[in-house]
Amino acid sequence: MKTKLTALAVTTALVAPAAMAQEMTIVSWGGAYTASQKNAYHDPYTAKTGVTIINDDSSAEGISKLRAMKEANNLTWDLVDLEAADAMRACDEGLAIEVDHDELLAAAPDGTSASDDFGDMIVSDCFIPQIVFSTTFGYRTDLLPEGKEAPAGACQAFDLENYPGKRGLNKRPIANMEWALLCDGVAYEDVYDALETAEGQARAFAKLDTIKDETIWWSSAAEAIQLLADGEVFMSSTYNGRLFSAIVEQEQPIGMAWDWQMFDLDGWVIPAGLSDERLAQVKDYVFFATDTQRLADQAAYISYGPARASSAPLVGKHATLGIDMGPHMPTDPNNAENTFVNNYEWWADNRDDLDAKFQAWLAK
Amino acid sequence: MTDATSQSGPMLAADGTPLKKSLARALRMQKTRALMLIAPLLVFVLVSFIFPIGKMLFKSVENDIVVETLPLTVAELQNWDAESGALPDEALYAAFVTDMVVAIEAKRHTRLGTRLNYEYTGMSSLFRKSGRKIKKLDPATDGPFKEQLIDIDKKWGDVTTWAVIKTHSVKITNGYFLNAVDMQRTPEGAQTQPEDKRILIKLFQRTLFMSLMITVSCILLGYPVAWLLANLPARTANILMILVLLPFWTSLLVRTSAWKVMLQQQGVINEVLVWIGLVADDARLVMINNQFGTIVAMTHILLPFMILPMYSVMQTIQPTYLRAAKSMGATNWTAFWRVYFPLSVPGIGAGSILVFILAIGYYITPEIVGGTKGVFISNRIAYHISSSLNWGLAAALGTILLGVVLLLYWCYDKIVGIDNVKLG
Repeated sequence: MKTKLTALAVTTALVAPAAMAQEMTIVSWGGAYTASQKNAYHDPYTAKTGVTIINDDSSAEGISKLRAMKEANNLTWDLVDLEAADAMRACDEGLAIEVDHDELLAAAPDGTSASDDFGDMIVSDCFIPQIVFSTTFGYRTDLLPEGKEAPAGACQAFDLENYPGKRGLNKRPIANMEWALLCDGVAYEDVYDALETAEGQARAFAKLDTIKDETIWWSSAAEAIQLLADGEVFMSSTYNGRLFSAIVEQEQPIGMAWDWQMFDLDGWVIPAGLSDERLAQVKDYVFFATDTQRLADQAAYISYGPARASSAPLVGKHATLGIDMGPHMPTDPNNAENTFVNNYEWWADNRDDLDAKFQAWLAK
Repeated sequence: MTDATSQSGPMLAADGTPLKKSLARALRMQKTRALMLIAPLLVFVLVSFIFPIGKMLFKSVENDIVVETLPLTVAELQNWDAESGALPDEALYAAFVTDMVVAIEAKRHTRLGTRLNYEYTGMSSLFRKSGRKIKKLDPATDGPFKEQLIDIDKKWGDVTTWAVIKTHSVKITNGYFLNAVDMQRTPEGAQTQPEDKRILIKLFQRTLFMSLMITVSCILLGYPVAWLLANLPARTANILMILVLLPFWTSLLVRTSAWKVMLQQQGVINEVLVWIGLVADDARLVMINNQFGTIVAMTHILLPFMILPMYSVMQTIQPTYLRAAKSMGATNWTAFWRVYFPLSVPGIGAGSILVFILAIGYYITPEIVGGTKGVFISNRIAYHISSSLNWGLAAALGTILLGVVLLLYWCYDKIVGIDNVKLG
């Protein structure tokens, strides 16, 4: 009996700390996106280290859940995938730790430091960039009026004369306000300055007023694809990766309209409050999962551009369909004639104010 | 009789203690035993429900972040008159730098920036950007700070910035509640929001109005079904009951999406109407992404909550009452209206309370089918909980919603009487 107990105690002592380090909970968006991460990062990492990775598809409620966990003092997540704007909010709220990008992340194969390789993508001290995606327009090729050219991008959404039919837009001010001003003739450099003034906001709302009656407002990206697939709208804004899978994988009669696509970033944040042991584990994973090759690998599963400059030349073919992924990337020169980058700092300041105004405008 | 009155002391029990006392003890023991029986439930409800909800509701007035992050500054601000229009003096700037250096060390300054940004646009980046530079200052040796701070960001030379900090430096604030009713806390007292930001009162009104519409449609549709259920032969009634319960067992999201398929412009109903020629192809009906869509989908989803209480009350109404009424010369209608209907009112009451209270807090269905004119106040609460992280405002909105429900419940009790509500 006594030996048995000792044996048990010894095994527990040996197994317990090891077992804790053998598991990681990684939070992401679910669906095709989590699948691409699993193929490109998780599975190779598990094969290399034996660490099991548990996926939790909660990124949509990422920051609120992180905050609730912090208040309850019970952190169950190891790494969280967030959009850059949310990452910034998490950083401000003290929910994520600040990292030294050069120390934490691998250098590029040619020796360029991580912070130079990622460059402008590092928009917050807590943010570890991963992909560039874009919010852009898709249109129904079969509903295109006869004799008209395919819509080029966002500005054709405001052109009801040449392109009649319903539009789908996101039920929030970000991107819509910028598009309204850009298509009303405001120069790209002046957009955010204009939006800061009451006249600029009024101008944007006036432009949106011209299509308000013809617009269906969506709140999740899947809705936008459903609206397009059912022919409920002629054109709709949504994320380019969703459009890619609807067009290429599901063969829907949908075309891309890239002009004035809005670049946005997605990446990792490390939650604040991890134990040293878990933190070391997470850092090891992040080092592996954000190196040049891994980021390029992810692009074989989903049409989002890698955030590292050094990964771009390595982007190849789709893993199962065998098509070249290059032309489907938001960063491809043919798609990127006119683009704009979401100004995170500006939105962090103005989001509360403009969102209230936007909702009041919607309800009018 | 003479025996009892002749006793001088109080009445005694068999063991010699006064009867009153021993009765009280027996009663107390009974009560303790009863309490012990419900203790697990009571503790569970307290720990897992009342306490967290109370804590969440408290967030609607809690505002100690300003005082805790900037204690010296807040003390100095008491000596400064915001209405004078003059900037505060050097002592305040020095106190502010001292506070900020501590706050930056603890990474609390950006949280404060986010908090103040709810009230005044621009505070978030002001604190974030200034933090990087103030970090390098030493409060003991680098003074004076007034010029330096204004150099770092000209907003520190703006009276409004300091007035906002002063206005929101109280520990318990009414600011969130004011925001929740489209007002704001300003240095000059409570004021209404500018017109282009007023949205929440409208949403409260809409939530109440639409919940009422949904309750009424549930009564109209549910009453005949409940009557059939209670009066058909058992075998047929069982099949009907399964039909009522079937949607109840289907996922909420699936049912809501099914309504989307039915109601949208390229949906089943419109296709059929166009096919039989009732509606022109270019004038398809708009039945979704508006109030109509929300009312239809939510009525369907909440209908079982109306039918079940009605059914269980109707089952207890004896058919002999109706026969008796008819035998005394009542028409079918009179017998129903004067005899059957009054007996079924408790069921309507119970169903209405259930449906109305569920409807008022609904979130997912209005989000999917409500478009812009069919969303509820709960959609805003969800936004502030999960996107803007303004939990104070979310808690204030939640508290008001809770208050409204309690008020309506009280009115209901006064008008109909809560004893008159039966679940069976």
